[in-house]
Amino acid sequence: MKTLVLLKMVPDVVEELEVAGDGASLSRDFLRLIINERDENALEQALILKERHQGTVTVVAPDAPEVDDVLYTALARGADRVVKVTGLEEGVGSAEATVTVAAALSSVAGLLPVDLILTGCQAIDDLDGLVGPLVAHQLGLPYVGIVTGLDVHPGGMGRCLREYPGGVRGSFELDLPAVVGIQGAEKPPRYVPIAKVRAAMTSGTIETVAGSPPGALPLRVVEMKKPEVAERAEMIAGGLDDIASRVCEILAGRGLL
Amino acid sequence: MPGAVWVIAEQWRGGLSEVTYELLALGRQIADDRGAALEAVLLGSGVVGLAESLGLADRVLYADSPAFAEPVGEVGSRALAALATERKPTVVLVPITNVSWDLVGLLPARLGVPLVNFCMDVAAVGDGLEARCLVFGGKMEVRAVPESEPVVIGVLPGARRADAGRSTKRPEVEPVAAPAPETCGVRLLGYEEPEAGDIDITQQEVLVSVGRGLQGQANLDLAEELAELLGGAVSASRPAVDMGWLPMTRQVGKSGMLVKPKLYIALGISGAPEHVEGMKDAALIVAVNTDPGAPIFNVAHYGVAEDLLEFVPVLIDKVKEHKS
Ligand SMILES: Cc1cc2nc3c(=O)[nH]c(=O)nc-3n(C[C@H](O)[C@H](O)[C@H](O)COP(=O)(O)OP(=O)(O)OC[C@H]3O[C@@H](n4cnc5c(N)ncnc54)[C@H](O)[C@@H]3O)c2cc1C
Repeated sequence: MKTLVLLKMVPDVVEELEVAGDGASLSRDFLRLIINERDENALEQALILKERHQGTVTVVAPDAPEVDDVLYTALARGADRVVKVTGLEEGVGSAEATVTVAAALSSVAGLLPVDLILTGCQAIDDLDGLVGPLVAHQLGLPYVGIVTGLDVHPGGMGRCLREYPGGVRGSFELDLPAVVGIQGAEKPPRYVPIAKVRAAMTSGTIETVAGSPPGALPLRVVEMKKPEVAERAEMIAGGLDDIASRVCEILAGRGLL
Repeated sequence: MPGAVWVIAEQWRGGLSEVTYELLALGRQIADDRGAALEAVLLGSGVVGLAESLGLADRVLYADSPAFAEPVGEVGSRALAALATERKPTVVLVPITNVSWDLVGLLPARLGVPLVNFCMDVAAVGDGLEARCLVFGGKMEVRAVPESEPVVIGVLPGARRADAGRSTKRPEVEPVAAPAPETCGVRLLGYEEPEAGDIDITQQEVLVSVGRGLQGQANLDLAEELAELLGGAVSASRPAVDMGWLPMTRQVGKSGMLVKPKLYIALGISGAPEHVEGMKDAALIVAVNTDPGAPIFNVAHYGVAEDLLEFVPVLIDKVKEHKS
């Protein structure tokens, strides 16, 4: 079975995010990028399926700072081939990367056809494009998103669980090849020792392919700022003891204590 | 008159979702501002009754077919794309919910038009539109302008009050023939309900909710002790459930439960939009998070920017003191 995983880097939101001088993008000064959590789940699910049914896993990612580490880690975890699409301008939103990566898939020898294309069902910067549905549409493949469990049955039929509201899950059958937007893998992403990643860095190769980004983007960001809200929380400061007393007062005042 | 503003009405399990009315309220405003008609579009099976309840729209286009009984994006996106190609709406509002999710990506892809995602508000500006969107897990807000129309806009729950989208008026309803694909590569076999037997977090007056910031199941005792002292239960964000600390029945948010307790204490939860939509209507929200810039402080009433592992034990002692 041949599986393709599309992954990308996104800002780490545990860190402080600052707006750049143009007032419409993120400052790159202290920006830390991490793999999109749901893409990492997609990779894990692809590796689980490879262990279960044999086959290969190829990872494709748009170029970005730190992406090499993520791609070498993917090799160390068990991916067979990793490909980086270069030539992208980074900005807010993902239409550019989405369109460029989608177009690049057909230009790299041996990438297509595949049995499955897995990618995260969402990234926090998907302001103007979602790669899974776009690739599915372009390749004429079926798409299903928010998937938390996926397996392949003899005869080439996929089975998956898709999340609905309220903890309800829909059970689906899908014809392969298909594109699946992964929410969660069967288990959390596997840990690889750093030594294995180092080994992948010396013995593995990241293939690069020059992407051709679209000239005009469909959505123009005119301003970026920290969200303005009508009423932000009243922050309780002081020593832990004082804060705890104040919280108790507030609860008692509402009859909650 | 400019092309219509469309609201994709969401039906699931026999009813219309609240978010449909929220989108109608938003769509009404956009349509009025640009002097356009507001049309609701409903796919379903046996849904003429539901169509008639969408009175805030000028017109409801509904396609009735057993093929549309369940909201499957692969099916719905093809039907809606065909209908949109024929009717030429300029703005298509799609709710960002787990039910309509797949449409948010598939519909603009099929139509070859721009997508505006994570939208909280849209305003007509000149001949065009300007959207306010929440990105980076709620940490930043952007103003964005689509460069062309038609445009598909994914709207977050809570953009308007649902009440503002209801009307006793009976809209003009028009049955339409939206093509259902004869075969579809994605087939819904059935639904799996969440396991019963656990406590029902929607019925609790006090919830102590834990997120990834709890750092490990070993620390769950802290939350449980606090919840017990306050006469409530422990709920969770998605990562806490994914990591197996708590069952799915305790998850608050888009894929989990909608809760409205008297008190919601968020411990180590960042406040991503998908979590917030499940708890924003709690009467009192107290959040504890080491990051003073965490979006949870945009919805909480009171905030504590401290390490929960240090703060919660102190709080537990104080609550005990208070009670004795
Ligand atoms: C389709 C879809 C559906 C989803 N449905 C849901 C849903 O139903 N429910 C849900 O919750 N999410 C849902 N999500 C996921 C959501 O987008 C977020 O990823 C998730 O809510 C983040 O959970 P978190 O806040 O626990 O983790 P994080 O975002 O990682 O935040 C952890 C927070 O803990 C803080 N922290 C760390 N250490 C400490 C400490 N010692 N003391 C205090 N604070 C600390 C950090 O500052 C950070 O803010 C959904 C996503 C998608 C795409």
